[in-house]
Parts: sequence; C-alpha cells; structure tokens
Amino acid sequence: MEVDQLQRNFLEYTNLLFREGFLDGQFSQLQLLQDESNPDFVFEVVSLFFEDSERLLNDLTIALDQQNVDFKKIDAHVHQLKGSSSSIGAQRVKNTCIAFRDVCLEQNAEGCLRCLQQVKQEYLLVKTKLEALLRVRVPHLFSLEQQIVAAGGAIPMLNDFC
Amino acid sequence: MLVHIIPDLLSVKTRELFLKNKAAELDREMGLIRTQEETGRHVRMLTHEIRSTLDRHTILKTTLVELGRTLGLEECALWMPTRSGLELQLSYTLRHQNPVGFTVPIQLPVINQVFNTSRAVKISPNSPVARLRPVGKYMPGEVVAVRVPLLHLNNFQIHDWPELSTKRYALMVLMLPSDSARQWHVHELELVEVVADQVAVALSHAAILEESMRARDLLMEQNVALDLARREAETAVQTELMPEQRLMVETILKSSNLLATLINDVLDLSRLKMALNLIKPIASVKRLYVTLSMSPDLPEYSVGDEKRLMQVLLNVVGNAVKFTKEGGISIAAFVAKSDSLRDPEPLNFFPIPSDNHFYLRIEVKDTGSGINPQDIPKLFMKFVQSQPLAAKNSGGSGLGLAICKRFVNLMEGHIWIESEGLGRGATAIFIVKLGIPGRLNESKLQFVHKVPGNQVKPNFSGLKVVVMDDNSVGRMVTKGLLVHLGCDVLAVASGEDCVRAVSQEHKVVFLDVSIPGVDSFEVAVRIHEKFSKRPDRPIIVALTGNTDRTTKENCLRVGMKGVILKPVSLDKMRNVLSDLLEHGYLSESQ
Repeated sequence: MEVDQLQRNFLEYTNLLFREGFLDGQFSQLQLLQDESNPDFVFEVVSLFFEDSERLLNDLTIALDQQNVDFKKIDAHVHQLKGSSSSIGAQRVKNTCIAFRDVCLEQNAEGCLRCLQQVKQEYLLVKTKLEALLRVRVPHLFSLEQQIVAAGGAIPMLNDFC
Repeated sequence: MLVHIIPDLLSVKTRELFLKNKAAELDREMGLIRTQEETGRHVRMLTHEIRSTLDRHTILKTTLVELGRTLGLEECALWMPTRSGLELQLSYTLRHQNPVGFTVPIQLPVINQVFNTSRAVKISPNSPVARLRPVGKYMPGEVVAVRVPLLHLNNFQIHDWPELSTKRYALMVLMLPSDSARQWHVHELELVEVVADQVAVALSHAAILEESMRARDLLMEQNVALDLARREAETAVQTELMPEQRLMVETILKSSNLLATLINDVLDLSRLKMALNLIKPIASVKRLYVTLSMSPDLPEYSVGDEKRLMQVLLNVVGNAVKFTKEGGISIAAFVAKSDSLRDPEPLNFFPIPSDNHFYLRIEVKDTGSGINPQDIPKLFMKFVQSQPLAAKNSGGSGLGLAICKRFVNLMEGHIWIESEGLGRGATAIFIVKLGIPGRLNESKLQFVHKVPGNQVKPNFSGLKVVVMDDNSVGRMVTKGLLVHLGCDVLAVASGEDCVRAVSQEHKVVFLDVSIPGVDSFEVAVRIHEKFSKRPDRPIIVALTGNTDRTTKENCLRVGMKGVILKPVSLDKMRNVLSDLLEHGYLSESQ
C-alpha cells in the first residue's frame, strides 16, 4: 500500500476512536512522546496497560467473589485501573472506573459486580481497537502502524493533516 | 421815590433767582445722591447675586443682566480669551440671544489700552469690540470697556488647557443707549470697576471649586477601585490561594498610590494568568468555565502599569462572571492590529505599533445576560446603572467601568463593549498601549513560554528528577514525558524507595499524592528533613488526579511548591519545569 494511503487510514482510524470516545487527548500526548530515541514508546505503554489491567480485573473478580467483600481493597484496585486508563487516554474505561468507585463507596456488592462487568466490556473493546492500531493477534497481518513504517513513512499526527 | 424802589426790587428778584437756582441745584444733588444710593444698593445686590453662585456661567450672565438694569444699558457684552490666548471671543451678550462667536485678535490697540489699566475706559463705538449692534441710522451711545482679571491657569493643572504664564483678562463692554444724550458719569464708571473686580473674584472661586470637585471625584473613584479589588480578593481568599497569589492580592490591597499617573514598570504579561486564578474559584462555584488564550506573538515582558491593567482586567472579567448564569467566559489576549476595521468604534483610533511600543488587545467574551445595544454608551458613565436588579446584588456603585475607562484612557487605549442584545451574551474589548522593554535585562527576556510545539526546546537536558508513582502505567508515562524533555529521570514506585533514592543532585521530585493508603505527604516531609541543611534542596511537586481543597492544603502545608493535575500534557510539563526552574515554585496551578 502507498504510504499516503496507509497514513490516511491510520489517521481515519484514530479519528474514529476519538470520535467514539474510546480515546481522548491523552493518547495524542503519548504519540508526541515517541521519537527517534524512543521509537516504540506508544507500543510499550499500551502493552503495559494491557498487562496491568488484566491483572487488576482478575484481582477484582476474585475480591468480589469472596464471602466478605473487602470494599477498601476493591476501591484500591479500581483506583489503579482508573489511573492507568487515564494515563493512556482510554476514556471510556476511565469513566466506568469513576462510576465504579462511587458504587464501591456505597458498599453495594451487587452494584459492584455490575460495574465490574461493564469495565471488563469497555476494556475488551478498547483493547481490540488499540491492537488494530498497533499490533494484531493474527501474526501474519501487519498493523497499520507497522505497515506505514515498513513502507518508509512516518506515523502521522493529527496536527499534520489539519 | 420809585427810583429807590427799583434797586431793592431788583435785588429781591436777584436773590429770589439765586435761591431758586440754589434750590434747583440742591434738588439735583439730592436726586444724584438718591441715585447713587440706589446704585449702591444695586451694586450690593449684584455682588451678592454674583458671589452666591459658584457656577461660572451664572456669574457672568447675572453680571450682564444686572449691570444692564442698573445702568440702563443698551448692550452689555463679555469677550473671553481663547485657549490659544491669541484672540478674544464674544462669549456673552445681553440683548443678542446667541453670541455668534466673533473673534478679534487680542493685540488690538484698544484692547491693550483697556487691559493696561484697572480703570474703566471710554472707547470708540466703532472699535471692533463695540460693534455689537446691527448697522442702522442711529447715533451710537457712549461705550465703556473694562478688564476682568482671570486667575492663572497653571495654578490649577487643568489638563486640557495649555499653561499660560502671563496675566489673562476678559473684556467687558458696556454701551449706553443710542440716540440719547446720556454720558457716562464718574460714579457709573466706578460702579463698573467695582463690579468687574467682584466678577473676577467670583470666577476664581468657581474655578477653585471645580478643581476641588474634580479631585474629590478622583479620590472617590480610586477608593472604589481599591474597594472592588479588596472585595474580589476577599472572595477569592475564601477559596484558598497559593502563596504567590496571596502576595499579588496583598499588593493590590496595600496599594497606596493615589496619583492619577501611571506607574510604568516592567509588566509581566504572564501575570494576567494569575489574575484569572482569582476569578476561577468564583466562576467554578457558578459552574462557569474560564479560558484564557494568549497569542504566541505577545512579548513576555513589556513596560506598563501592571496594577492598573490588572484592575481593569479583574473588573471586566468580574463583571462577565457576575452577569453570566451558565456557560462561561473566554478571554483572549493578543497584539492589536490596525486592520480591525470591523470594530464599531472608535473611528480615530489606530493601534499602530512602533519600535518602542505595541498595543495589547484583550477580549472578554461571556455567555451571559447580554446588554441592550442602546444601553451600552451609558455603561461607562458614572453612577448610571442600567440593570437595577443586578445592581442590588452587586454591591458596586456603578463606578467600575467608568474607572476602567479612565485607566484605559491613561494607557492611551480604548475600551468598549459589544452585545447583540439581551440574552445574547456580551464581549468587552480593551486595547492598551504598552512599551517594549529595552535591551537592558537580556537574561529576563526569554520568549520561552509562548512558543508552542517543538520550535524552541528549553534546555532541560540532564536535569535530574525523581518521579514517584505506584501506578506502573502512570509512572511510565510521566517518565516518558520528562525524558522527552531531556531530563534524566529516576522513577520509583514507593515512598520508601523515593526517600532513599533522592539525592542532592535531583532538582525536582514529582510525587503522586492520590495513592490511597500511602501518605505521600509524609514522604515529602521526610525528603525535606533529609535536605534541611541544604539551600538548594529539591523542589517537590505533587501530581494528583483530584483537585479538592484538602489535597491542595495538605500539599502546601508540607512545603510542596506546586500541584499538577494528572494526566499531564507535554506542553504543561514543559511549562511546569520552566516555571519551577525560573521561580522556584509554580506560578499557577490547575
């Protein structure tokens, strides 16, 4: 594929994610931090986010499964998840976490379970989208980003096209 | 015997005649005395009338009317010197309803003659100052002119008028009725001289009073301005200011400079942002947004009166907040260009920059209740309130905008308001002239803040900093941010690691304070203790996801120099680092 076309696809896709609220401005900031001395920055941060989140979601599931639910611990986990999602700009996950913490304050176990379901859902959604952007499950297909780089182009920023 | 009788008869007749003449003479003298008495009474009344009014116009009008009546004059006129002092202009007449504004050069011989003596002088009815009646077939009556001294203008600092060091006079011209045989009598001339003196005294009183009222107005305005500033500051203080904000507020409050002159000092335009921080708490209580955008081509430092500019800005923004119920306020600051032909007014105002100065234009746009375009001119007048309901709650006296206008005028600028009508919001715009500082303080003039993006990278290379955040993703992002800016970053996950790892080489420590279960404040205290002896100990800054007051209070209490809201953008971090390195603290917090 032509570099231009790839770049345009990348941008369109990123734009779509912004418009649908999956990502917010913080994600653009991350892209700004990627440069020659740090060429895989976005990839690294997002991978870390996936690792971190999956661990937290796991811990949350276990915690809510207990006889005596420890709401303090739950709140701590959700706080962490809120922090990391906010740091990479995963807006919908972050917002769900905020709601989750409110329910946690009420010490409502039922409510918490519902929230956990929601968070898991949002997380899976944003994970799929980010993977499409940066890395793909199916190994023989390159991600858009990798294709652009392979074709000799630079990953475009939103500003470039405005 | 008839011969003897005739001489006797003759002498009796003569005596009779003599007596008659004498009697007639006495009568005449009695008449004269009575007239003089009456005249004297008239003079006293006239003097009283003149002196009882302090209005210049009334003084002069009354004089002419009463003189006319007392002396039975056909015409009485007053010529006043023009501002240039080169001409006399016909200013008041008794009979003509509208003085047409004739002027005569002041150097005419007849005028010089009158001005050189304090006596009333008979002048020719044909001289230019006496030709007040329409031409016709008549024998003009005798004319007398007298000078009326006016007090030196430079005693009173009347700003509009040029200073004149020579004595100035007005000329009063009095004409007896034409076609009569009347002549000016000595006592009438004396009366005229006395009246001229009284008029001079009355005019000087009026001038002094005018000046003192002006001074009183000025004092009142300044008191109100101080009051406004104090009130704004007090409201802001309730919502907790950072120490540097408090300093600025105190400076405004303590301002004891009551002169109407400007203090032209170095004006730091980024302090405009600080002014905002006084308004933001109030606005956020009303759930209004406040945004500020400063154009990148604004110089960082300029020369001007910062206090007054701040007062104008606070006043204007305060008004915007006051009259807005929902939505918010947008403030834009940029360099004014003279191609703004779309501006409704003024027609004569061209903000043309030069090597030494530029024009700063600030627009404050609100989504508030708007203003009826017809009411806009009244806004800048003193004591006129066009919104009585709002005025009840505002506690202001309606002087705010009038003061702003005065200050803006002093800064050779202009202020006006645009609004499409009630309910459509309003935009207040003011332009002021500021100087461009000379190349004295090169080190201060770094145009760093205002340059966006990657054009100019400030030099943070090798700056050693520590980041403490227990969230791995957050830690990585903050580290990435700082590395991108050139810093040498040590990232730690716990308070313990942090205290252990901080060394005196580290200039800044970023602590995440929103970690539940970890007392980051304790960490800050311990770091401070570790470096208590060192003057250049690291600056500690808080990173937090929540901006509630308790967090901020706690941060300040443990000596943190700033609070930053996560997530932090690249630009924000760059500004933060610049700020910290330049001032040693954050001059603004979010």
